[in-house]
Amino acid sequence: MSATTMSGDFGLEQPVDRDPKEVPLGDSITSQPVAEVVAEPAKEKKMEKTAALPSGVPFGEKFNTFLRAVLPPTLGMLILIGIWYVATHKGGSIPGPVQTWDAAVTLFADPFYRNGPNDQGIGWNILSSLQRVGIGFGFAALVGIPLGFILGRSAFLSAMINPIISLLRPVSPLAWLPIGLLVFKKADPAATYTIFICSIWPMIMNTAQGVQRVPQDYLNVARVLALSEWKVVTKILFPAVLPYMLTGIRLSIGTAWLVIVAAEMLTGGVGIGFWVWDEWNNLKVEHIIIAIFVIGIVGLILEQSLILLAKKLTKESS
Amino acid sequence: MEKFVSIEKVGQTFDTKKGKFVALRDIDLGIKQGEFIALIGHSGCGKSTLLNLIAGLTRPTNGVLLCDGREIAGPGPERAVVFQNHSLLPWLTCFENVYLAVERVFGQKEGKAKLKERTAAAINLVGLDHASSKYPHEISGGMKQRVGIARALSMQPKVLLMDEPFGALDALTRAKLQDELMKICEATKATTVMVTHDVDEAVLLSDRIVMMTNGPAATIGEILEVNLPRPRDRLTLAHDPAYIDCRAAVLEFLYEKQAHVEKIAA
Repeated sequence: MSATTMSGDFGLEQPVDRDPKEVPLGDSITSQPVAEVVAEPAKEKKMEKTAALPSGVPFGEKFNTFLRAVLPPTLGMLILIGIWYVATHKGGSIPGPVQTWDAAVTLFADPFYRNGPNDQGIGWNILSSLQRVGIGFGFAALVGIPLGFILGRSAFLSAMINPIISLLRPVSPLAWLPIGLLVFKKADPAATYTIFICSIWPMIMNTAQGVQRVPQDYLNVARVLALSEWKVVTKILFPAVLPYMLTGIRLSIGTAWLVIVAAEMLTGGVGIGFWVWDEWNNLKVEHIIIAIFVIGIVGLILEQSLILLAKKLTKESS
Repeated sequence: MEKFVSIEKVGQTFDTKKGKFVALRDIDLGIKQGEFIALIGHSGCGKSTLLNLIAGLTRPTNGVLLCDGREIAGPGPERAVVFQNHSLLPWLTCFENVYLAVERVFGQKEGKAKLKERTAAAINLVGLDHASSKYPHEISGGMKQRVGIARALSMQPKVLLMDEPFGALDALTRAKLQDELMKICEATKATTVMVTHDVDEAVLLSDRIVMMTNGPAATIGEILEVNLPRPRDRLTLAHDPAYIDCRAAVLEFLYEKQAHVEKIAA
């Protein structure tokens, strides 16, 4: 009963189930189908292995699979650059691919230079943005995951805190920035604090939902064995909730990376968001386009590495 | 002989959206130490509800349940449960699943080496030495159920409760596990309550078969004493008149007396 009301309040059926890659993780913790669900991929793996054996497969076929994997994304990129080229080749304020490429080559030739606090290499800017995200995100995990556990375990507390979360969650993290500036009196911790705010919601909610979705069978085992609360948390809850927690972390890091750019534009200092704004003031539009690519690539790497981590951890624990 | 488990005037009512649902009423049953009881009845007759009450996983609405002279106030390792769907933790190996139970029951008195010995002994009892370090998803359904039994037995429970433990298995595996269970119960003298819907299983394994009427408001319809000598062998029993009589009595209860009620209920 409480599970339905909670997920209803949170409305987060979607974040957990949205990514098809997450489905096996979610499934692997439901009790009964474990045998089938987990056993099947194992079989498939074997088949894949035999299929991928180089000896039996002719070169042409291997080349075909390679083409099928690489061709569409490459083509998509080429079309994007093509449209960009066509749109800008007559001149105008937006630089074309060639100019941007030339600017990128000079820019990345020396990414770690320092000419005073407001003129640093792009490498430093990316690193300091990542550092802010890391700190804010780390604190959010420290607070959000235990809080999610508590909310998932206590119907009373979740009924108490859910309305607050529902109220605060839709608020843009940037709305919190002035409060952060006021409290910390400095731009840098204020930006980090914004990251904390935006990262904490998905972590609380996914962890809490994971805790509520722990199969009753496992909890019955805990009850029959009369396990201590510590054992229940370490041996049953934590492994069962891990996939949900990782989903929460992945969603958080995505949002955090979105938010940091905006926050840094407002706070200044060193950081990729500030750099974008600075280059806009300098009217170096090609640098802004480079920044867009860089932000995209870094975000992609963050997300993919978390998916990889999730796969690795759930494989070990299942 | 004295009653080891005593169920007195027990009733169970659930609050549902449609109002109160009476699952069980007026259950009176005494179980002797070392006895093997089978609970049989059509699905929805509250067999599992009764088992959960003995386990302490749910509390009765009326009446009282006693085990070894003390009221059953909650679940505990002295009443081990073998769950219908084995309920092994998928992130622990078979050994670790059993060890979790052993550690809980004996961890305060005994050292690690002794605990591991106990775990290994329980796994050996169900014949799974070779699968000890495997994860549940790497072994078959029958093996998982055996690990579940090993986990329950490793706790040296006063009462062993089994909720359709072999229900999900194929007939051959089921027969094999029934034979193993008979040997184990003989060796450990465990007091056992098993929920089943399989007539042959009930007659083969039990000392008494408790037949339940159809729900809602199910209760004990008849109790059949199975006076067959032990050790029992399924092949010789197949032609034994006493066995055939018992089997017929249970079938008659299920498909004549209770089939009628089911039609009315449906």
